[in-house]
Amino acid sequence: MTLDVSWAIAWVRGTAQTVAEHRDELVELDRQIGDGDHGENLTRGFTAVIQRLDALEEPPAEVGDVLKLVATTLMSTVGGAAGPLYGTAYLRAAKATGAPRLDSAGVVALLEGALEGIVVRGKSTTGEKTMVDAWSPAVEAAVLAADAGLDPAGVLAAAADAAERGAEATIPMVASKGRASYLGERSAGHRDPGAESSALVLRAAAWAAAEATA
Amino acid sequence: MTASATARVALVLVSHSDQLARGAVELAAQMAPNVLLVPAGGDGTGGLGTSFEQVERALDLATAEGRSAVVLTDLGSAVLTTESVLDLADPELAARVRLADAPFVEGAVAAAVTAHGGADLDAVLAAAEHAGSTFAPTGDPGTPAAAVPSGEPAEGEAVVALRNPLGLHARPAAVLARMVAGFDAAVTVDGVNAASVLELMKLGAAGGQSLTVRSTGPEGRAALDAVVAAIEGGFGEV
Repeated sequence: MTLDVSWAIAWVRGTAQTVAEHRDELVELDRQIGDGDHGENLTRGFTAVIQRLDALEEPPAEVGDVLKLVATTLMSTVGGAAGPLYGTAYLRAAKATGAPRLDSAGVVALLEGALEGIVVRGKSTTGEKTMVDAWSPAVEAAVLAADAGLDPAGVLAAAADAAERGAEATIPMVASKGRASYLGERSAGHRDPGAESSALVLRAAAWAAAEATA
Repeated sequence: MTASATARVALVLVSHSDQLARGAVELAAQMAPNVLLVPAGGDGTGGLGTSFEQVERALDLATAEGRSAVVLTDLGSAVLTTESVLDLADPELAARVRLADAPFVEGAVAAAVTAHGGADLDAVLAAAEHAGSTFAPTGDPGTPAAAVPSGEPAEGEAVVALRNPLGLHARPAAVLARMVAGFDAAVTVDGVNAASVLELMKLGAAGGQSLTVRSTGPEGRAALDAVVAAIEGGFGEV
């Protein structure tokens, strides 16, 4: 099986929904180690994405078109660091997916593109208590799942599981990038909000894929 | 060349706050009336944050008519948003833009004054980036560190290793500065005024590094002992 543009749209709608549902939780996580606006900013960004998607005269032709719309909208509307970080992630993911349908290798390429975007924009690596700590294990798990012959839904489920473990693993970390780094050692003991929202985004992708293949 | 802006290099000031961006423009403009200064503050809807579209518009305006531009930013997302705009911009435009690693206000003023004199892109960028040294004029004569009353015998000196793995970052620097301010003494750490958070942070002292603490004044001995104890104690972090 492969994933097409209707999956990408379902993913984006699912992300908007899950981000809105977890808005308060993300705000609280960010309030502990950042400036408290992550849940608010992401909810505003994805609400704008849905509005722009609904306003399109014709549905996007390819997965990459959906991802590009998400990228440009988030960059314009989020207002915090998550805007350019997620924006660049979706933009690189869009560049990596120039086909109407994605097989397992295509899904891996999408995730690798997203991770590359976050690393390039944030100049961050693993262990710094950032989104990278969710995306990096997600990509590793996706590669293994694809190599093991799993279908795209299986690859995304593996990526989402790994992202959730990665977000959990940020709790004891001391932040060395972003606003949380101003807290130094006091940033330990809190889950990183960016890693948490990344896990939500990837879970939404897995759910949409499971729906598409059900 | 009849327009008010005749300098070859314009400035774009990207802040989370619209008022901060406009205020910095106002301040720099007073000293450099011939420079085009473009504010790009806030999220574009009246809130705090940065806006891709606002930064994009500001850069288009700043680089019109063949001008180059130096961009100054405040906090993290202002940098990320500007880098994103430059990533997606026409390469010819992006090639005429530099993102300064500089303090927002001091950098803007220094860059504007230099641009006003007709300097080129590299010189304006250098002026912005050199403005950071305003905070910690180490090595310059007449710095706060040199404000120790002359003729007074030094009360003490100690060399002590910094145990904090992250070095002398914001929190321990603030602890140290507040502690020193409580004594009737003049204390320096590696030559900078230990009562200044910014100067301490600017040392960039890393974990494991040895720091030289000097202290003078009526309570110089007690201040030295307290500072040494705080550093040896890892500021309660390790």
